[in-house]
Amino acid sequence: MSKIIEGLFYSESHEYVRVEGDFGYVGITDHAQHELGNVVYVDMPEVDDEVVAGEEFGAVESTKAASDLFSPVSGTVVEVNEALEDEPGLINKDAFENWIMKVELSDKGELDNLMDANGYKAMIGE
Amino acid sequence: MNNVYYGKLIFELSREGRHGYSLPKNEMSDYRMDFLPSALLRSEAPALPEVDEMTVVRHYTNMSNNNFGVDTGFYPLGSCTMKYNPKINEDMAAHPSFCNLHPLQDVNTVQGALEVYYKLQESLAELAGMKEFTLNPFAGAHGELTGLMVMRSYHMSRGDEKRTKVIVPDSAHGTNPASAAVCGLDVVVVKSRPDGTVDVDDLRPLLDDTIAGMMMTNPNTLGIFEHSIAEIAKLVHECGGLMYYDGANLNPMLGKVRPGDIGFDIMHINLHKTFSTPHGGGGPGSGPVGVRAGLEQFLPNPHVVRKDLDEDTYRYDVEFGDNSLGSISGFLGNFAVMMRAYTYILTLGHENVKNVGPLATLNANYIKESLKDVYELPIGGVCKHEFVFDGLKDKSTGVTTLDVAKRLLDYGFHAPTIYFPLLFHEALMVEPCETESKETLDAFIAVMRKIAEEAKTDPEMVKSAPHHTPVRRLDDTLAALKPVVTYAELSSMEN
Repeated sequence: MSKIIEGLFYSESHEYVRVEGDFGYVGITDHAQHELGNVVYVDMPEVDDEVVAGEEFGAVESTKAASDLFSPVSGTVVEVNEALEDEPGLINKDAFENWIMKVELSDKGELDNLMDANGYKAMIGE
Repeated sequence: MNNVYYGKLIFELSREGRHGYSLPKNEMSDYRMDFLPSALLRSEAPALPEVDEMTVVRHYTNMSNNNFGVDTGFYPLGSCTMKYNPKINEDMAAHPSFCNLHPLQDVNTVQGALEVYYKLQESLAELAGMKEFTLNPFAGAHGELTGLMVMRSYHMSRGDEKRTKVIVPDSAHGTNPASAAVCGLDVVVVKSRPDGTVDVDDLRPLLDDTIAGMMMTNPNTLGIFEHSIAEIAKLVHECGGLMYYDGANLNPMLGKVRPGDIGFDIMHINLHKTFSTPHGGGGPGSGPVGVRAGLEQFLPNPHVVRKDLDEDTYRYDVEFGDNSLGSISGFLGNFAVMMRAYTYILTLGHENVKNVGPLATLNANYIKESLKDVYELPIGGVCKHEFVFDGLKDKSTGVTTLDVAKRLLDYGFHAPTIYFPLLFHEALMVEPCETESKETLDAFIAVMRKIAEEAKTDPEMVKSAPHHTPVRRLDDTLAALKPVVTYAELSSMEN
């Protein structure tokens, strides 16, 4: 059974966002990393890129498949997790600890469109 | 396949001064090269391996024994149509009348080769229900790109520049969206129904005047015939788009259903799948593109045309069309591959070619029905040339599709395609092809059942398979993260 953390916001495409003040840390869920298998490459955006809720911001490649990443929120990328460049497998170790990008949120109202832990749990059927 | 791994490089066998032939004295040794810039002159001899003939022969024979191919055993790799490639194909392709030709020869001296090109494109057009084919593309994905360029040329020729989107089902081969992106088109994904076919209700709202066309594989990547194809083609045509047929799964249709008759406007054929030419590492491939009447003017340059001089006389010529999308390959594509495909068509003949699709379909259904009590069959009913299991039926053992695939290697079979399509978690996709005998199918079924049994009685053994291959389970994560692709890298790691 996958790990799901209370207090995070979840998207239907298996990304999460952890909100701290005006910023959101975006990554893929534990369920997603489990389904993907060993992650071998993370295609990340660049700092200062604009991301839009529901639109692609990168991709995760595993030994099974390559999957696009869809941003759960809109805003400006202020930081990317550079540790994933050398060690993409960190996502498999702890997907919630190893976020992919930090976004300055432009519209916190968008969070209402995302699921809470219970909603996500129900969606993945656990 | 050997069960001992042979992993030497020819350079490791080199011994100074050893050679296979005594070469004549170099009479050019005092030839002055000082007209060449000094930067282009070699300062030392090239590092060629110094080996005798027997060492060379043993080296490459042992190397080839590491390989597994259709000539060594059953190769049920789903979506790849690994059918047997008859040896007469090789004889024809190696015929000196053809293999010694040069592409820049005068057309009057290569009439036979041009006739093969012309008649093969005519045969493919007849089998596919299309008006005309170009044989120039070098591979399936190259054919897809060429076909999409035809699609774009068609819209542009009408001044319709807003059609920038291509619809692709979520079950499609990855090359479909990739080809569309390379062609500068945006991809719109249409969902599948629970039975794996395109959801027409999900398609309808996507259709408007920005749609260039839709790409489909039929039967789809689950081996299921898209039964709504007539309605889908009608809807796409009504919005002004064109229908593209990905010929990857043409094999079960061959001689029975023609893509041109079920609403497709543009298509490619993988000669290295359906028409028995070498495949994978044994390539090169060939991806001819066919179009319905009205689109042939956009096909790439050059074209081979037949000119009737009078009632009994004709000659072939190579022409460049004004409305063509341009050249997509050097000269006329992979000619030796065309020789093989044309030989295959002539060898089968008009009647036998009609048996290819039905026999491929029968073989796939025979395996599916014989295994569905121990492997999870997510979509029941009759399949076409291939089908997908969603892993073992009994998931409690923890044995995954990857483990089953690895264990198959111990029994001398090539693994099926695994973890594709992405619609299921434990996808295991089997395509036996029409060329396999019932004995081979029965042997494969018996082994698959045995592995299902082993998963219950000795799951750890299956999880650590293979046990009898030259190399054991490889670390594919490490291979993806830190690929070692040159000898220099390997030696630096070992030192």
